Amino acid sequence: MEFGLSEQQILLQDSVHRYLTEQVPLDRVRRIASGDEQDSGVWAELTELGIPALLIPEPLGGVGLGLLDAVVVAEVLGRHVAPCPFSTTAVMAALVLLDAGMEDELAAIATGELRIGIAFNEAIGARADAGIKTDGDTLSGKCLFALDGDADSYLVATGDRSIYLVSADTSGVTRNNLTTVDKTRSTCELLFENAQAGKVSGDPHVFERALDAGRLMQAADTLGAAQAMLDQAVDYSLQREQFNRVIGSFQAVKHLCADMAANLEPCRSLVWYAGHAMDAVPEEASLLACHAKAHLAEVGQAVAKTATEVHGGMGFTDLLGLHYWFKRIGANRQLLGSPERVREQAARVQGLI
Amino acid sequence: MDLSYGPQYSQFRDEVREFLSTHQHQQPPSKSDQRSEAVLDWQRLLIEHGYHSRTIPRDYGGFGAEPDIIKSRIIAEEFSAARVSTGLGGQGISMLVPVLLEMGTQEQKQQFVSATIHGEMVWCQGYSEPGAGSDLASLTTKAVLDGDEWVINGQKIWTSTAQIADWIFCLVRTEPDAPKHQGISFLLFEMNTPGIEIRPLVDMTGNANFNEVFFTDVRVPKHQIVGERGQGWMVANAILGHERGSLAPPDAARSRLNGVIQLMQSETINGEKLIDNPVFLDRLMKLQGRVLAMQYHDMRLLSARINKNQDVKLASMIVKLIGTELRHELEGFAIDVMGEMGLAYEDNPYVRSGGSWQYSYMYYLGLIIGGGTSQIQKNIIAERGLGMPKEPKVGAR
Ligand SMILES: Cc1cc2nc3c(=O)[nH]c(=O)nc-3n(C[C@H](O)[C@H](O)[C@H](O)COP(=O)(O)OP(=O)(O)OC[C@H]3O[C@@H](n4cnc5c(N)ncnc54)[C@H](O)[C@@H]3O)c2cc1C
Repeated sequence: MEFGLSEQQILLQDSVHRYLTEQVPLDRVRRIASGDEQDSGVWAELTELGIPALLIPEPLGGVGLGLLDAVVVAEVLGRHVAPCPFSTTAVMAALVLLDAGMEDELAAIATGELRIGIAFNEAIGARADAGIKTDGDTLSGKCLFALDGDADSYLVATGDRSIYLVSADTSGVTRNNLTTVDKTRSTCELLFENAQAGKVSGDPHVFERALDAGRLMQAADTLGAAQAMLDQAVDYSLQREQFNRVIGSFQAVKHLCADMAANLEPCRSLVWYAGHAMDAVPEEASLLACHAKAHLAEVGQAVAKTATEVHGGMGFTDLLGLHYWFKRIGANRQLLGSPERVREQAARVQGLI
Repeated sequence: MDLSYGPQYSQFRDEVREFLSTHQHQQPPSKSDQRSEAVLDWQRLLIEHGYHSRTIPRDYGGFGAEPDIIKSRIIAEEFSAARVSTGLGGQGISMLVPVLLEMGTQEQKQQFVSATIHGEMVWCQGYSEPGAGSDLASLTTKAVLDGDEWVINGQKIWTSTAQIADWIFCLVRTEPDAPKHQGISFLLFEMNTPGIEIRPLVDMTGNANFNEVFFTDVRVPKHQIVGERGQGWMVANAILGHERGSLAPPDAARSRLNGVIQLMQSETINGEKLIDNPVFLDRLMKLQGRVLAMQYHDMRLLSARINKNQDVKLASMIVKLIGTELRHELEGFAIDVMGEMGLAYEDNPYVRSGGSWQYSYMYYLGLIIGGGTSQIQKNIIAERGLGMPKEPKVGAR
């Protein structure tokens, strides 16, 4: 019996952590967030570590790993607020395409050539001013908050949870970037006017599994980001002096940090187990993904606030850049379903409503 | 991640199930007196089969098995699934016995361990004093050596089960001139020794489970000390470690959560099932997420006891804090969903689950305070877990 990460998973985590520490420090995150650099460079570099290929089978040029491995990667990416389309292209899209047996696209994801955004919003939280109609293989209408504003293609879910693949430069597709507070990853709206698409899946389970996986990746991303904020808060509290002592010696500050640690520590096990369930315990996978997403949204939000407070005015500045983590956690909370909606689904999957 | 216990354990699980199905009917009725024959017989049976005191050596009345964390876990799982009593607990069994096995003399082990695990010798823990709670090391009850006897004077408070205990394990100051942590000794003595007076204290649940205990010239044989003179603090801390982990087991939280779900599915207000109220449902799901997190956290801690390479230092420190706070909230939530019906208590004919929601709501507040308060837990997490500075010693002796 072993509940935890395998040696291989720890190596994977370390290698991504080392790369990000060396090549994607906060300065580079800033450049990408302010539009001075594209995140495609980071994605290309991550391709050398096999990250886009993680879930893709070896015969297609992939690494052939599972969702617990993806959780491990998402956690490190969150820790470094790394700008890249991991949860969309490498996880959600890969799962849908795997189910559809679309080998060419999978092979192209593995090499980093193909980047696929996720336009699921109309099947998760459809808005009155959006909505998609299909006519055979053509799409019309609008999808809000599609994930990844720089993707080559999008997987678009319709109200009945069918999924279509559409290329971003097909005629009849207009893409407008939608600015959010989280500038480390982009979102956009997609407008379709009789745009030619290919139906990839009509099976709601394929949609649900991809959605569960996406939610779980956000939970893992938040776990990493929140841990980074806690670590920074503790470090800062041991350097900053007021009233002739380090602020970390004040009990009020110590208890803020203890609260963060105490609430965050069990999250690790929840997120790990949710990843394991997606790989090996299918009957529990959806419930665990929902709870991981919602619980991490709550704990993440509290840690983001508290860690900022521990930094005083400095936490509020752009100078320190702590806000990148704050906003990333905030985005993970809302995207693919806010906590209340996800908890409602948790109740539904266990038959309580 | 490998959550199977391995094929070598499936036979063991079958044995436990076999035992349960053949002996289940012999378990004592719930709420039996802990000294009743039924309870003592059941306890003896459990020990004989290795389902209690499993790793305690046979010489001291235990079953004498090699420690095997997974077997212990399987026993707990199967007993819990069958809802069968796992036998006696209490401070003697869960706290004193482990310490005696580690630090007691041969004679002490011989004299106390077997009788304690068989439920024939009931203990209470005499640590806290009116002036020494969180700051336990400032305790002042003193023991002075007079020939072959310690002479004890002073007062303890919050002493759970003192009114029914045969013996007490007690912290006393024996070296008044030493620094405060080095002047304490750990004594064992009988509760019927002349000079002991017990006054029950009624707690907020309405029960009188804890007491004030007064000592006036209580004479105790010199050899009834565990460890050396002045080492009592170290001995006591070993016990606190045993206590904290066991105060809020996640499996119990899970079964209480399922109890709330059943309640919400069966009760209605204004014709609406409680479970159909979206506000309550959201709160329920929030709690479920937290209970699950603690359950997998517990698996991680279990795993770390088997696989020594896993670092769970910080992870272990948070269990008492989060476990007791979560349980208190969970019980309080059940009261909330019932509204005024949730207030019903004691002989109220409308009381649900025997009043256990109100009782446990209060009881777990007691556990948030007892065994090191939540604030003390946070000090420990910050200092030993996160490496933050210790509390400044203002006005310390
Ligand atoms: C149900 C129950 C059963 C018990 N059973 C036993 C028993 O069998 N045997 C026994 O010996 N004792 C027992 N106790 C006593 C228990 O260990 C003490 O109540 C506990 O350690 C707190 O001490 P205190 O009550 O003196 O509170 P205090 O120490 O006076 O604390 C009061 C408040 O001050 C806070 N505080 C104190 N010091 C600090 C600090 N350094 N930093 C921040 N905050 C601080 C506390 O957190 C608390 O909020 C029991 C208690 C309860 C509630």
